[in-house]
Amino acid sequence: MSRLMPRGWAARVGLICMMCWVLPAQARVSVADDRQVSLTLEAPPQRIVSLLPSLTETVCELGACARLVGTDRYSNHPASVRSLPKTGGLDDANIELIVSLRPDVVLLGVSSRVIDRLESLGIRVMALEPRTHDDVRRVAAKVATLLGQQAAGERLARRLDAEVDAAAASVPAAARGWRVYYEVDSAPYAAGTSSFIGHTLQRLGLVNVVPASLGPFPRLNPEFVVRADPALIMVSARSATALPDRPGWGRIQAVRERRICAFNAEQSDVLSRPGPRMGEAARIMAACLQEQAHKQADMQTRKPAQAASGVVKRGPH
Amino acid sequence: MSRQAWAWLCALLALTLVAMALSVSVGSTGWSPPWVAAADPVAWQIVADIRAPRAMGAWLAGGLLGLAGALAQGLFRNPLADPYLLGSSSGAALGVAVCLAWLGVGPAAADWAVRLGVTGAAFVGSTLAVSLTLLLARGVQHTLRLLLAGVVVGVVLGAFSALTMLLVPDILRAMQAFMLGTTGFIGWSGVALMAPVAVLSLLLALGGSRALDAMSLGDAAARSLGVSVGTVRLLLVAALSAATGTAVAQAGMISFVGLVAPHLVRSAVRTTHGPLLVLSLLTGGLLLLVADTLGRWLLAPQELPVGVLTAVLGGSYLLWRMNRS
Repeated sequence: MSRLMPRGWAARVGLICMMCWVLPAQARVSVADDRQVSLTLEAPPQRIVSLLPSLTETVCELGACARLVGTDRYSNHPASVRSLPKTGGLDDANIELIVSLRPDVVLLGVSSRVIDRLESLGIRVMALEPRTHDDVRRVAAKVATLLGQQAAGERLARRLDAEVDAAAASVPAAARGWRVYYEVDSAPYAAGTSSFIGHTLQRLGLVNVVPASLGPFPRLNPEFVVRADPALIMVSARSATALPDRPGWGRIQAVRERRICAFNAEQSDVLSRPGPRMGEAARIMAACLQEQAHKQADMQTRKPAQAASGVVKRGPH
Repeated sequence: MSRQAWAWLCALLALTLVAMALSVSVGSTGWSPPWVAAADPVAWQIVADIRAPRAMGAWLAGGLLGLAGALAQGLFRNPLADPYLLGSSSGAALGVAVCLAWLGVGPAAADWAVRLGVTGAAFVGSTLAVSLTLLLARGVQHTLRLLLAGVVVGVVLGAFSALTMLLVPDILRAMQAFMLGTTGFIGWSGVALMAPVAVLSLLLALGGSRALDAMSLGDAAARSLGVSVGTVRLLLVAALSAATGTAVAQAGMISFVGLVAPHLVRSAVRTTHGPLLVLSLLTGGLLLLVADTLGRWLLAPQELPVGVLTAVLGGSYLLWRMNRS
């Protein structure tokens, strides 16, 4: 046995030297996350758990979908991730399941309570918090660096910008400058100018009635919306039908002229996630703007006839 | 009614009028009184269609909760009883959660959810929860059994709505708004619904107020005084749950008003249940009206959840009074 030792050692040293020489591309990756904690891995991770839908989408968009071994329960895009083990939500993550998946790295949001627990169990985590358009590009670059594919990250960021610009170019001139109110939820919570959705609206040439000073998702006095009198309302389909029934809302221009974009649950997912589908989000909004502008043009051509009949009706009074 | 009670009644009415005038004068831009708004038709319509019903609605919802709180504390002979004791709030929350979750499922499923509306779902949920409590307690004979059944129903239904929120995170924000209370969308239709319920349940409660006085000596003593305890209790539970269910459906789960309003009255006046019920209604109404006004004034045009303010205002005032006396 003792005579075998040196030979075993030699083989190991030899193997390590060979790895260093053969796999320069698999060199260690080092990247700082959004907590400014630097993460260094000996090789790009092969087993990844993502606890944020937008990060799941980013990993897949960078062509590393096969490296995902688990996601949170809200990740539903692309279709292939639906069959992966679901590790709960961000704040009620199933630690045991995550550990049993033996991930090289766990991608999650900064606010997550799970970070401390996972780190104490010796699991590497990368906390990323995409909130704005700039964040999406930055996160794409960081995830790409982590995957050892910097160039792909840059390509993705450029492509997303081009997609949003193309959507903006498709917005008809009549719709540009419309004052818009985007309702995130019916309390009412609005998407402010400084939110991710607000940025998309701005790039499409719309004017948000909620100023940046109110923060990303302010809870508004409903009276504020009536007073702001938006020309267009964007809202989830679940709240759209009840809008005219809210006290005083019947007089809002958008409600009066039925200029309302109602998004279904799937579209709302795309619209609200700061991730690689932001180009698609801009396209969804632009499509609705085209439809509404078209409707308005139709109404204007019919207006003379309506005005005439109105005069006749008012005659007797 | 004692002289002191009359004095408090007049004072509360006067304060309510002042608070109502204030409430109508505060909008999304802060201070904008109606006499200034009268010149501008848009501003006037905002006052008439949004602010006036909202102020009335907040007052009525607070009043209903105050009345329900006084009823609950009398019925259960427990100073910690509040209107939500029989599970109505968690039933309402579950109703709202299920309704919101269904709305997201698809247009076909959304159809009935829209027709019922969040308000309707909350009222149905609240009524079902109280019925379930009565069923589990096998009637109203034993107050302790009723109390325990209420607690159990509250906890179990609360767990179900938490589960719904976890599974459908889209409804989280709307649910949070409901849990913290929201008076933002009360219109004239809501006022028209709450006003008759308030009148009816107040009449019912006043009808049972002498029995409540007798029952405060214990069921046996009340029976010997000729009170038919079972019937009275059933009627009062009906009034309690109608008042609570209506208020919760319109304004969400506003905390603390129902608990603190009767205590505020008792800390000021020593009285029997008759005046206590009336004064609790007025105090609850005033408390919620002031909280609502401040809620939209402090951060205008943003809003503070009204439930947060009722807890801060009611709680600190009660503490102050307790330490003074």
